Amino acid sequence: MNNEDNQSDRRKFLKYGFLAAGLTVVGGGLQKVLSQDKDKDAGKKVKVMTTDGKVIEVDDAHCKAAQSCCSPATPEGARQGIPGKKFVMVIDLSRCGHELKCQHSCQRYHHLSGMNVWLKVFKMQEGEHTAPYWMPKPCMHCDKPPCVKVCPVSATFKREDGIVLVDNTRCIGCRFCMAACPYSTRSFNWEEPQLLNETTGVVYSPETGFPQKKGTVEKCDFCPDMLKQGKLPHCVTACPNGVFFMGDLNEDTVSNGAETVRFSKLIKDKGGYRLNEILGTEPSVYYLPAVKRLFPFQDPLPGESNEDKEKKG
Amino acid sequence: MENKERKELTETEAIDLLHELNEDMLPKKFGIVGNSWTALLVIMLLTGIYCYINQIRNGLSITGMRDFVFWGIYISNFVFFVAISLVGSLITAVLYLLKVEWRAPLSRISEVIAVSAIVFAGLIIIVDMGRPDRMINMALHGRIQSPIIWDVMVVSTYMTLSFLLLYFPLLPGIAFCRDRLKGIPKWQHKMYQILSLGWKYSPQQYAVVKKAITILSIIIIPVALCIHTVTSWLFASTYRPGWDSTNFGAYFVSGAFLVGSGGVVAGMYILRQFNPAYKKYLTDMHFDKMGRLLALLALVYAYFSINEYLIPAYKMKGEEAGHLNELFTGYYAPMFWSVQFFGMILPILVLMFKKGRKPLPMFIMAVFVIVGAWFKRYLIVIPTMSFLPVQEIPEAWKHYSPTFQEWAITGGSLAGALLLITLFVRFFPIISVWEVAEEKGVSHDIIYTHLHEGNEK
Repeated sequence: MNNEDNQSDRRKFLKYGFLAAGLTVVGGGLQKVLSQDKDKDAGKKVKVMTTDGKVIEVDDAHCKAAQSCCSPATPEGARQGIPGKKFVMVIDLSRCGHELKCQHSCQRYHHLSGMNVWLKVFKMQEGEHTAPYWMPKPCMHCDKPPCVKVCPVSATFKREDGIVLVDNTRCIGCRFCMAACPYSTRSFNWEEPQLLNETTGVVYSPETGFPQKKGTVEKCDFCPDMLKQGKLPHCVTACPNGVFFMGDLNEDTVSNGAETVRFSKLIKDKGGYRLNEILGTEPSVYYLPAVKRLFPFQDPLPGESNEDKEKKG
Repeated sequence: MENKERKELTETEAIDLLHELNEDMLPKKFGIVGNSWTALLVIMLLTGIYCYINQIRNGLSITGMRDFVFWGIYISNFVFFVAISLVGSLITAVLYLLKVEWRAPLSRISEVIAVSAIVFAGLIIIVDMGRPDRMINMALHGRIQSPIIWDVMVVSTYMTLSFLLLYFPLLPGIAFCRDRLKGIPKWQHKMYQILSLGWKYSPQQYAVVKKAITILSIIIIPVALCIHTVTSWLFASTYRPGWDSTNFGAYFVSGAFLVGSGGVVAGMYILRQFNPAYKKYLTDMHFDKMGRLLALLALVYAYFSINEYLIPAYKMKGEEAGHLNELFTGYYAPMFWSVQFFGMILPILVLMFKKGRKPLPMFIMAVFVIVGAWFKRYLIVIPTMSFLPVQEIPEAWKHYSPTFQEWAITGGSLAGALLLITLFVRFFPIISVWEVAEEKGVSHDIIYTHLHEGNEK
């Protein structure tokens, strides 16, 4: 929450919520710091601002210094989720030009080495006479997640903010979640992951997914470490065309960084839908159909990215 | 029923029969064939263990599995083991409760197969785990919603019940080995002494054992149905075409009884070849009866197979069609049709005829059924993961072929199960003397008073 952020429109939508939460924490924290004697504090009231802008008084005893606000949580802490949030993503297929910036950014910031790719961009063409288009596919973070249902040890879990995470310190590597996931979003560490240098000495958190561990499952995590700082996930910020919108269903607001819009209006105006609605998994990811596209569909040759093609052309 | 032809035995005849049985059933030292067979199994098992240690070091990357085909022959082999172990409940429990007398000499063979198979089912599923070191998590953080937890519970229950169902009827046999086997190493004698639990052939002990067998036989039937039904749910509880089937429980259970009975027939034949004395107890009549049972079970399995494949094939619904085309006419077609023909259709045809139910043709059919069943499980587990069009993955990940080490580990587990059976035959009577004596019409009083005697003549 520094001033530099104010200059950009992005992140404002998330900020208000966190500002209020932050005030609560800071207020409570200050009280604690100023008066060392805990007994003396009992019954004292602290003024805090709620998410809808009201100033209310709270008993100081109820204010806890949530020091973990902005650092990735421990495996136990990561199960809590951000209170009052319900994260959703909207992917606008009409804007995707298969530049794979989202994927590269995701790989880099999650320090993914080897073959595991969390965010894949597929060439879709469902029927002979239907139009091809590019479809980025993150984890759907289903509200009725089949992977969570079948996990024998609760290593993969659903948080109150709608995010589905994997705790690789608990995973036993049975891969039942991979069998259950109808979207095939999960990867397995078949061998000892080649940890990149920058992750040495980093403490593992399910909110970041690294360092990876051999014999465990991993997948797209919606970047909760960024969300709790009021920032957007890496794929959202990396996309040059604003394909990805991320936001909070409770606030009915989503943003791709450049634009912040009403979620319900966006879905209504552009005919948003979810993948495999028929399965009843209730994904948190919505797609906007590939109409009035920014780019004509171009299929790169195998082993060639769109960028190479542009250079050639 | 079977009693019609039985002639009344005089007391001396009965006692002689009992003595003869006792002598025939005393475990004997292996000859060259037995020893080489054991050595082969030990080598295979050790190779498997060596490769497994390698797998622990390097991860499951030593297998052919990758993100798209993430379950391979470890899982299909697990299903095979669970399937074949069901025969214990069929022959020892179902036929026992139905008072089918010819099952007496077959009950221990089937129970040994059941116990060895279920032990190695438990081991091979651990082999498939990415983090076997965290198995304790299933106790610490187990979630009852997960079919894996159900499977752990029913498989361990079945393992316990099967072991007891093998052990209790064996007690008089162990005691007899303890008392009559001379010139054996000290440890072997000590083993009999401990395992026989102080058996002294008293009528009260028999009464307790018989009661225990009846109770166990009743309990084990629902548990047996559970283990294979729950195993089928590991697949049926997902959305994948080919697995997403409400027919799976019945389909798996019927296939399991078929392969298990095939296992018993193969065991009967091999025992007869191995020791001619067994021919007196594993007669052509037993093969004929087992042949009829096998044909019936194959017909039931054919019924569920038709349900499993024909109705989806009639609809040819999107993804199902992709899966079925791979099986019927695509990459897996040669395996699919061989398995259907040799593992199911041919046995039905052959076993319909009396000549087909002689020991040798029966043995050949049983081998077809067993090998067919193993590959059938391969076809149930693997193709559904590999037919879907996938993008953005290396070419090598799209198709699954098991690596040498994966075969070695799987082969090691099969060898291990056979080794358990072999060692059992080496050290314990593989046919239950008192049960066969009962079958042959020896009265209980004679069994109780003379079972501990050998043939002194």
